[in-house]
Amino acid sequence: MSNVIWGIATGITVGTLARYLMMRRDVRQYPSYPHAVVNHLSLGFLAATLGAVAIPALAAEEYTAVTFLALAATQFREVRSMERQMLVALETSKLVPRGKDFIEGIARTFEARNYLVLFIALLTSGVSFWQGPVLGIIAGIAAAAFVRKFIGGKAIKDIAKVRAGELRFEKYNLFVEDIHIMNVGLKKTRKIYEERAKAVVLEPFDDNAREILANVGQRQAIAHDAASLLGIYRDVDTAEFTPLLRRNKDTGRIGMIILPLEPDTECLLQAVRHVPVLESAVAKPLASSAGRCASD
Amino acid sequence: MAAVAIDGKKVSGVPVFSAENEEEQANMATILSRVLEAVVHDMGNGVYIVVRH
Repeated sequence: MSNVIWGIATGITVGTLARYLMMRRDVRQYPSYPHAVVNHLSLGFLAATLGAVAIPALAAEEYTAVTFLALAATQFREVRSMERQMLVALETSKLVPRGKDFIEGIARTFEARNYLVLFIALLTSGVSFWQGPVLGIIAGIAAAAFVRKFIGGKAIKDIAKVRAGELRFEKYNLFVEDIHIMNVGLKKTRKIYEERAKAVVLEPFDDNAREILANVGQRQAIAHDAASLLGIYRDVDTAEFTPLLRRNKDTGRIGMIILPLEPDTECLLQAVRHVPVLESAVAKPLASSAGRCASD
Repeated sequence: MAAVAIDGKKVSGVPVFSAENEEEQANMATILSRVLEAVVHDMGNGVYIVVRH
């Protein structure tokens, strides 16, 4: 087979495989099985194809091939926008919504992964074209492994200590330790809270973590993930059982209250620990001199 | 969205439902919260407010 065929074939194969490996399908993440997975894989295949043909086309002095890459960028942006709109439209059917920040993160990740696949396929195709398919595949696998490590962000356990908390009522006000959560007006509701609710406290490790947990979108994501993993004791007409995360304004600690169907506290803590840190929530005050000056 | 009070004079600006006693007040507030998909909060002065968050 000629270099061109090897280049394109290995680029498409490694690129599509890389997209498959980047996909995480569990009950809390997106996409859903099977149609959305097919959707993602198909777009990954297209991205891999575009990346795979670029180097051989340029080598054959077909410089207009570059315009296809620009077209790919436009298409990926449109697809990201469509995914965002779809996820926002589905929010009303969720008992505990994801929140716009989480959705934006998912849509952005979706777009970014297509670009990564394009570059992996381009690299594989280029190395295959010049050095042969074996080296090309090795280069592609190395790139895919590097990307897989690169796209894995932090989780809550990396930025905060997550522990069980004590909930209490002062008349009608619900507290998790010293953090006020909400005013629960009805006695029956307070009784249900006392019987079924679980409290979690998140203590940030440093000022960067404190600012991440202050982000409302990040807290909404924690509530959503915990509720989807453990089940939630609520329905559309019992808004008082929505999981809530509130902040201690002095220390930045977060108190969480949730009524899970699964009563195991350790499962709840594990669910909270593995919630991903949203890219849009990341803040680094300690990276600035003012932030370092202000930190204790 | 609404308020449920034993003494209606304490509330204005929202629809007020008058109750005879605390038990009736709690029942009315519960029904309103279910129908309106809202949360009942106790104002501490004998008035419950029903708020959609």
